[in-house]
Amino acid sequence: MSTETAEIVKDEKKVLEAAFSKRRKKLVTDPLVDDNPITIQVLGICSALAVTTQLQPTLIMALSVIFVIVMSNLVISVLRNRIPSRVRIIVQLAIVATLVTLVNEVLKAFAYDMYKELSVFVGLIITNCIVMGRLEAYAMGNKPYDSILDGFGSGLGYSWIILAVAFFRELLGSGSLFGVPIYDNISGLFGADFNLATNGLMVSPVGAFIILGLIIWVQRSKTGYVEH
Amino acid sequence: MQQSNAYVITFSVVLTIILGLLLSGTSEVLKPIQQKAEALDTKKQILGAVIPVEEIAAMKPEEIEVYYESRISSKVVNFEGGEVTEKDGVPVTAESVDVGKNFKKVPEDRLYPVFIFHEEGNPTDAISYIFPVYGNGLWDNIWGFLALQTDVNTIEGVTFSHAAETPGLGARITSRDVQNRFEGKEIFDDSGNLVSVAMQKGEGRDYDGDEHKVDGLSGATITAVGVNNMLKNYLESYKSYIDKIKEGNKIALN
Repeated sequence: MSTETAEIVKDEKKVLEAAFSKRRKKLVTDPLVDDNPITIQVLGICSALAVTTQLQPTLIMALSVIFVIVMSNLVISVLRNRIPSRVRIIVQLAIVATLVTLVNEVLKAFAYDMYKELSVFVGLIITNCIVMGRLEAYAMGNKPYDSILDGFGSGLGYSWIILAVAFFRELLGSGSLFGVPIYDNISGLFGADFNLATNGLMVSPVGAFIILGLIIWVQRSKTGYVEH
Repeated sequence: MQQSNAYVITFSVVLTIILGLLLSGTSEVLKPIQQKAEALDTKKQILGAVIPVEEIAAMKPEEIEVYYESRISSKVVNFEGGEVTEKDGVPVTAESVDVGKNFKKVPEDRLYPVFIFHEEGNPTDAISYIFPVYGNGLWDNIWGFLALQTDVNTIEGVTFSHAAETPGLGARITSRDVQNRFEGKEIFDDSGNLVSVAMQKGEGRDYDGDEHKVDGLSGATITAVGVNNMLKNYLESYKSYIDKIKEGNKIALN
């Protein structure tokens, strides 16, 4: 699969445009802020709420989504002229489901603890609107290399938001980051009686709503984006 | 672009075959690694009932294997409390017994593995007895390990797992906070009747004074009831064996 990609890249370089032309860079950078799948398009909220109590599972989830979205964009884009339009949604779903199952199997073999914690949510990547949305809106009508960039951009846009949410939820809710007990260490500096209290609200999905809301607020007040 | 029906069908069939082969191939290749990971996880759960989870988390997989080998001995017993070493001519070990499969049989026909946590290098010097338990949660099966101290009455610790309980509600049975609530509770009442322990409805109350009541799971009452039934059923099944340990303790004391 990777050699195939490389060849396409080379071909396109020769006849079309630079591998990282301005337009292509925009494909990756647009979904980070201006067209972010979570904060602007408000997709993929379910998993953004569910997995973000801690950073480590969130990171695995983010990597899984990036993998699935890039690979499915690539496969669909390669096949786009052959996929019968009447069954295209089912074909997309089958390919996404296959990729997600692969991720799940690999996690089960090499990161069993993560698999136990995440398996429900990894399965739900299939129904993550971001993935299907990119396939339908972009990969069905664009060349493979562009589709990879587009998928990568959307995946990154999704990832940084859920990682940001997880950062605050784990820090405020559990007093740790990546399992390192930050609060305990800080409390230790001020003597034995000093204790930083954790906020139980942050562990529940409500905490994710609040943080996500704040991120969207800050972002929209900066970019001036208004929903129509 | 409108394709013919034949094209659509052929495309679908070919796609299905390719994806099917890909998935079954991966599953076949990864299966041995997955089974190893599962076996290691079971050992972690068994150890989790008797030693702090942070200690287990700090150990490497090989260290867990070594620790398990040196500290855990196991046997298989039947409903009557007798030791089972073979079934239909095939030797039986505690590690090879699938508690989930046995759960489907009637209690009298099941095989019951027992894991004994003992002092290093001395398998007869038991520190606690670990009993696997299995039952039904809200959506699917739940299971776990219950460790009793040498009086076979006081709970040393528990670990629980589940297949598909609701994340954030029933799935909390896997969290240490919930499992720690069982520590120090007792399964027999003062006159020696088996009463087990039970999670109560509601959450946040203090049951320190009551040896048989455990703080419940708010929003996951059915899972909590499932846990209660699971513990009660299996403790009843292990009762004959527990009685035998008690007998043995008495003799040792005299």
